[in-house]
Amino acid sequence: MLELVIFSTLNGLLYGMLLFLLASGLTLIFSMMGVLNFAHASFYMLGAYFGFQISRYVGYWPGLVFAPLLVGGVGALVERFGLRAVHKHGHVAELLFTFGLAFIVEEVVQMVWGKIPVDYRIPDALNFSAFTLFETTFPAFRMFMLLMSVATFLGLLILLTRTRVGLIIQAALTHPNIVGTLGHDVPLVFMLVFGVGCGLAALAGVIAGPALVTQPAMAASLGPILFVVVVVGGLGSLSGAFVASLLIGLIQTFAVALNISLADVMAPLGVTLTRESFGGDLWMATVAQVAPIIPYLLLVLVLIFRPHGLMGNRDT
Amino acid sequence: MNQRTMKTLRAAAFAAAATLVSFGASAQNIKIAYIDPLSGGAATIGEHGLKHLQFLVDGINAKGGVIGGQKLEAVAYDNKGSPQESLVQVQKAIDAGVRFITQGNGSGAAIAISEFVAKYNERNPGKEILYFNYAAVDPALTNEKCSYWHFRWDANSDIKMAALTNFMKDRKEIKKVYIIGQDYSFGHAVRGAAVAMLKQKRPDVQIVGDELHPLLKITDFTPYITKIKASGADSVITGNWGNDMSLLLKAAADAGLQLNWYTYYAGGAGGPTAIKQTGLDHRVFQISEWHTNVPSPEMEAFADSFLKKYGGASGQGWWYLRLKNQMDMFAQALNQAKSADPLRVAAALRDMKYKNSLGAETFMRPTDHSLFQDMYISSFGSGGKYDEEKTGWGWKTIGVIKSQDTVIPTSCKMKTPA
Amino acid sequence: MTTIVRYAPWLGGAAALIALPHVFSSGASITMMSLMGFAIIFALSYNMLLGQTGMLSFGHAVYYGLGGFITAHALNVIGAGKLPVPLPVLPLVGGLAGLSFAILFGWVSTKRAGTAFAMISLGIGELVAACSLILRGFFGGEGGISTSRTATLQLFGLSFGPQIQVYYLIAAWCMACIAAMHAFTRTPMGRMCNAVRDNPERAEFVGYSTQMVRFIAFCTSGFFAGVAGGLAAIHYEIVTASVVGAGPSGFVLLMTYIGGVAFFIGPIIGAVLMTALQISLSDYTGAWQLYVGVMFVLMVMYAPGGFAGLLLMHRMLVATGTLARLLPSYALAAVPALALFAGVVLLIETSHHLLVKAAEGPKMHALWISYDANSPIAWAAIAALLAVGFLAFRRTWPIVSRAWGEATIEARRRLGQ
Repeated sequence: MLELVIFSTLNGLLYGMLLFLLASGLTLIFSMMGVLNFAHASFYMLGAYFGFQISRYVGYWPGLVFAPLLVGGVGALVERFGLRAVHKHGHVAELLFTFGLAFIVEEVVQMVWGKIPVDYRIPDALNFSAFTLFETTFPAFRMFMLLMSVATFLGLLILLTRTRVGLIIQAALTHPNIVGTLGHDVPLVFMLVFGVGCGLAALAGVIAGPALVTQPAMAASLGPILFVVVVVGGLGSLSGAFVASLLIGLIQTFAVALNISLADVMAPLGVTLTRESFGGDLWMATVAQVAPIIPYLLLVLVLIFRPHGLMGNRDT
Repeated sequence: MNQRTMKTLRAAAFAAAATLVSFGASAQNIKIAYIDPLSGGAATIGEHGLKHLQFLVDGINAKGGVIGGQKLEAVAYDNKGSPQESLVQVQKAIDAGVRFITQGNGSGAAIAISEFVAKYNERNPGKEILYFNYAAVDPALTNEKCSYWHFRWDANSDIKMAALTNFMKDRKEIKKVYIIGQDYSFGHAVRGAAVAMLKQKRPDVQIVGDELHPLLKITDFTPYITKIKASGADSVITGNWGNDMSLLLKAAADAGLQLNWYTYYAGGAGGPTAIKQTGLDHRVFQISEWHTNVPSPEMEAFADSFLKKYGGASGQGWWYLRLKNQMDMFAQALNQAKSADPLRVAAALRDMKYKNSLGAETFMRPTDHSLFQDMYISSFGSGGKYDEEKTGWGWKTIGVIKSQDTVIPTSCKMKTPA
Repeated sequence: MTTIVRYAPWLGGAAALIALPHVFSSGASITMMSLMGFAIIFALSYNMLLGQTGMLSFGHAVYYGLGGFITAHALNVIGAGKLPVPLPVLPLVGGLAGLSFAILFGWVSTKRAGTAFAMISLGIGELVAACSLILRGFFGGEGGISTSRTATLQLFGLSFGPQIQVYYLIAAWCMACIAAMHAFTRTPMGRMCNAVRDNPERAEFVGYSTQMVRFIAFCTSGFFAGVAGGLAAIHYEIVTASVVGAGPSGFVLLMTYIGGVAFFIGPIIGAVLMTALQISLSDYTGAWQLYVGVMFVLMVMYAPGGFAGLLLMHRMLVATGTLARLLPSYALAAVPALALFAGVVLLIETSHHLLVKAAEGPKMHALWISYDANSPIAWAAIAALLAVGFLAFRRTWPIVSRAWGEATIEARRRLGQ
């Protein structure tokens, strides 16, 4: 039991930190430009594939550095030539543009790398087990993933709160026009933030690619959860995104471990529920089977009762 | 009739003849549609199966074709693993003039196709099509959902579980069993049969876990492995295939899980590589109609030539003896019926007795259109003449069940056409 | 006379629907036209939200799919109990199901607007799609729910087994739904939807609750989506959980937007075009989804009115007879545009061939030419087409612009006379 709890906590934290890497970029972009980047998970996928391609030629570690830079560059170009042209048509048009972009990226990835998963390998330097607890091993690569995510979070925090660029970004988050009148090149700041956001997503991709399967469907599988995290945490709040990512990561990982169903809970109370009773499927579903929908339930509940999100200060 | 009219008439006659000949020429090819996933979680399996079919069709055509010279042609359709999409593709195939369909990956799609074919044949007499099922093993397809137009070449999952549990009966080291499977008709069938047959044959064995997970959606099986660990099981029974099998084994390797695996499809794409990673030497068992180390000169040569042509970087070789059985029996039925008319081919196929490439007798049961053949229980590990996926490990036969011992009763009551 | 002129498009449309199967009579064509039929209803129902009321939904397929599921279950109940219900009534069951679920989810969804509404719709869509794994009795698990459309009360000897009969059923419902949805746009409620789209604050000042207006639009839209889903269930005779998921939701958005959200006829054009592309283009090229994606993005960036917008922006010129003035400049611009288009198509096709079909060897066939995908000449030609095409096309924009200006001035002059 303790083993289950410890490993589930570790895995949950890991998944949560990965979600945060993605959500932080998305939150920054939304806060600055008001556009919810539908293609954010696609940049995550691009990062994994670029990392894979680089690892084929020179190895995993150069990929860790160059893939985020490349994808960040692509993101900046997308902002400069694509998003800016659509900006005048309104928020809906921007959302649709990023939606179409996600579509295109998935098709191009399928065309270039194929529809089946690619063999993105864990680097040999990390291909061992970090520690063994109660006969279960925890791979070193997962430890690396966790550490990288924490390091990135700290780096982002320091960047935003302790550097000049960070202060300008924070200011432009809430008062872009004033910042413009102060003489800062706000469009350039936007482009940089978009690029950095996409770069963060790509970093998450390079880290997660070898552990999770690198395949064209990886964007579509992570995309909706990402939106849940960002909205639940509060649009515009980085700390909210942090809390929400960890919350959802832990909930999903722990939920899979639990085999209790409503029927099991009601049984000690003397109420017998089987598949044949009215609404049978609902009582027999175990928490593990329900795990995939918990984030969406949370999203809908938060949007009804607390539309600002857990820690947000902006109404969407 | 003057010169000009004569010339025109001759030209017209020539044109008409040429058209007729070209029509005849294009109608010469007997098309068989391959409807399986070529994208998504089962794409590796689907693509490899397509190579199997292409190799078989090329082989039959090279030996002179069927019915005195007509060639077979394989046409591929991607059903993306979805039952609904399968029907769209079947309709497309029908519109393209196909009258024989084959499919195997996913009993959900198989059931949808079988029901559609039955409905279509009923509504369009004279345009019937046949459905050859080479791998979907849900027992329902030859029991309550059986149909005259469906033929299956792979032993259904109840037959396989009976064979597996017979094997497990005598292994005293099995005390705690964990059952994990995919949450759809086939996974349910495996779990149901496993629970019932274990209770009957080894009531002392404790089933410590019974888990169904979403089909082909999970990329990280670590939580499930954690649960298996926590339950204290010494054996796992699973019908998982495709990504679900290889990723499950990969997660087990990552966690250092040491127990025995009793599977249906551990030999599928990525499976052998994952097993080697776990280091479980001859502790992963599989039930199948054949494996590469079954001694047979004809089959070994055949598998070798396929590996040379299609093996590629991954070293994936021949998997489906059942597909070879299917195509060889199909060719034999075409020759026997001397026609490509599906009605006549069906009549020839339904009670055919056939000696396969291993030299063993197989037979199609007319009551439910199931083929019965020898089943092999094998374990994966070091030693053996041929290895899998360049791991250096291969399959070793642990037990053989002869075809007549695999027969189980059926509840099928199919409507035979007049 | 004016009555006939007013109703001419409707009569023409009905006549076309009746005559089409005789013009395109192959099995594949009739299947495609049946698909177009309920795609039109689905896209029009979506535009009630997007174009009319300004609500961008990413989860509209929920009502389409649930309508389909309830219709399939109803068909099974009718078949099992041999109830005397004829098939043509079944889409109504689907519609009522769509309406009920829209009422259920709509109250929650329509509390907010804009991006929040889009996110809620996404969340509900994913929620329902994920529920399909839990509620196996209703959704049928991985295999879905299969049904038989012939197991109903058969009137006038119509069994609805053959595809042609299903086509006429779909065509009849399509006509009825188009008429109904068009009528809705003419009602005061329909106009208020437009008002809420354009200026919600002002609408509130006039005395209407924006949430109520949005809610009613949402429910009506859900009804018609359910009808489309019911027709789809009848056509396919199987409904699987993928029909409530992100795939169809995204597809209807593409259909409607490419067709044009600002005009009633836009979604009809979009549905017909996209269905045709989906069925036929996939036979010609494996990269068809890439084309659709690029077309969508280009539309969002440069032609937000969609195809309907592009066509209908000429209507003043057509009405005043000044369209002919534009045609020479259009013809001039068409040449480099076609070159650019050919370059893009060849680029995508050649890349696709080299990347995806590598096993088939370098020889390929595209745009009626056979060539070698590896040859530097081919790549040089592609690069030339792209570069020259784009630059020349840019040169023609001021010419087209000037022609537009002149034509518009002349048209206004004629109108003023």
